[in-house]
Amino acid sequence: MTQISGNLRRRQLWDKVMLGLLVLGSLVVVAPLVLVLSKVFLTGFSALNLAFFTQDFQPVEAGGGGLRHAIVGTILMNLLALLIGGTLGLAGGILLSEYPDHPVNPTLRVISDLLNGLPALLKGLVIYTLVVIPTGSFSGYAGALALGLVMVPIVLRATEGVLKLVPWNVREAGLGLGLPRWRVILSLVLPAASSGVITGLMLGFARAAGEAAPLYFTAGGSQYLNFNLSQQTESLALTIYKYANEPSPLRVEQAWAAALVLTLLVLIASLLARWVARVRP
Amino acid sequence: MATVRTQSRPSTSPLYRAFGDRLFAGLVLLLCLLIIGIVLLIGWQLGWNGARAFEVFGIVGFLSSTAWNPVTDVYGAWPFILGTLITSLLALALAFFPALAVAIFATEYAPRWLGNVLSYALELLASLPSVIYGLWGLSVLVPALRGVQQSLFLWASDHAQWLLPVLGNPIGIGLSAAVMVLAVMVIPYTASLAKDSIALVPAVQREAAYGLGATKWEVIRMAVVPYARGGILAGVILGLTRALGETMAVVLVIGNNKNLPFTLFGPATTIPSAIVNEFGEAQGLQLSSLLALGFILFLISGVLNLLAAWIVKRMSVDGRL
Repeated sequence: MTQISGNLRRRQLWDKVMLGLLVLGSLVVVAPLVLVLSKVFLTGFSALNLAFFTQDFQPVEAGGGGLRHAIVGTILMNLLALLIGGTLGLAGGILLSEYPDHPVNPTLRVISDLLNGLPALLKGLVIYTLVVIPTGSFSGYAGALALGLVMVPIVLRATEGVLKLVPWNVREAGLGLGLPRWRVILSLVLPAASSGVITGLMLGFARAAGEAAPLYFTAGGSQYLNFNLSQQTESLALTIYKYANEPSPLRVEQAWAAALVLTLLVLIASLLARWVARVRP
Repeated sequence: MATVRTQSRPSTSPLYRAFGDRLFAGLVLLLCLLIIGIVLLIGWQLGWNGARAFEVFGIVGFLSSTAWNPVTDVYGAWPFILGTLITSLLALALAFFPALAVAIFATEYAPRWLGNVLSYALELLASLPSVIYGLWGLSVLVPALRGVQQSLFLWASDHAQWLLPVLGNPIGIGLSAAVMVLAVMVIPYTASLAKDSIALVPAVQREAAYGLGATKWEVIRMAVVPYARGGILAGVILGLTRALGETMAVVLVIGNNKNLPFTLFGPATTIPSAIVNEFGEAQGLQLSSLLALGFILFLISGVLNLLAAWIVKRMSVDGRL
């Protein structure tokens, strides 16, 4: 050991330096997450109150009200979007996993990649030209359509992934009992993968709930509580965008409270996804 | 009689079986064709509605013009294209080394639990809504950045006057804020693909390098990273597509200025933020120009996405490109 040459010492030193740089780089990555999350939780919690959930928009002079109208709008639009995007995504996942030799599959895979990488803004812009211009007004239905498009590739990939985890024996057993293929898929394969499928739907829901850009062109936003999606509709993400630039600190605080609600939704969805992946290896 | 009855029971009838299977497969296929149709329709709608802008100004004319004037009804895309490219590429440059570092650290150095924590952190970074990044950028990052920028600006005005036109207005909101927010949002995409492809490098590859007497870093530099370069490249391209299309986070912090030249600190613009900002009062040719901008974005992000998907597919076959 006394004969370690200068060259080796230099290399070992370099090894340590690089490890230091790698740790530093990792900290640089984690730091913004910690900063953003701590800000969301600290500011969000202190801004969250009962009025947030029970009151609608009010002018700042009148106390500012709450965001019930946005919460209701978010839930309604996302549920309808889940119906649209969930159906399409499930069908896509089923085709890719259960009919692996189908001639449409390569195209569908490319299209799903395209849709996944397509900026959500463009999905909203196209729904604007297809729905909002012809009908003459912004509406919750248009918003739900755009959000549905956001969900499709997420649900599709998740469904394909979990269906492929179901052992092929399960399908053979079903077919051997004389069940037709569609009953095998609906009564055996999908239930066996149900927790994974539900997680995919939740991830899609959480992603779409956080999207503001497509709704800007479709739902249009609103200050009133309404349960009718043919009207203009507000969503929490849209509220954050609008309130972020408001001069009133009260509005900015409400934006942080909305951010906290959306963050919790994302956290729950991703924790659930992790948990499902662990339970069902 | 009894045999007839059992045959006519729906669950055993061959007719029912064939019909059920056809119906189900047909329905699934129909929905899938609908997905394909929708994506083609998106491209068609953007191209068709944006075509008037290309017709009026010419394709090259529209792409290269810097005019954007609703009063005289003259529109050009260049500042927005330039702003999109600058912010995305700078963000990627800023994000690349930290992303690679976290990918290497999580797979090669970190104990299992820490690796899991890191990959969960990346997942969370990727799934936080972009408006939240925008809100954070506007109310936390921009004020902090303003202080840094002002002291840099003061220093430059004393010592390096020539730097001032490059730096621009030190108001916090602007190009540098957008680049930093984008970098944070790009990192998880680049890092997680790099991490996956590094994890795919066979152990033999590392052992061979150790056998030659390499230190751990030399193993990573000479045997691991080159082997995983396909996945790293795919991650970079995916990060780029995310940065190109990012909307709300950028709109809130970039300042939305379409007058060239852009400066490092000063406000700038991108295609998505132009679409959001100009959209409100847009009609006729202006709306068509915005849709043409959308079409350009559609083409760029489409090509990059397919490229990344192709690289990932190549990677999964033989582990390298």
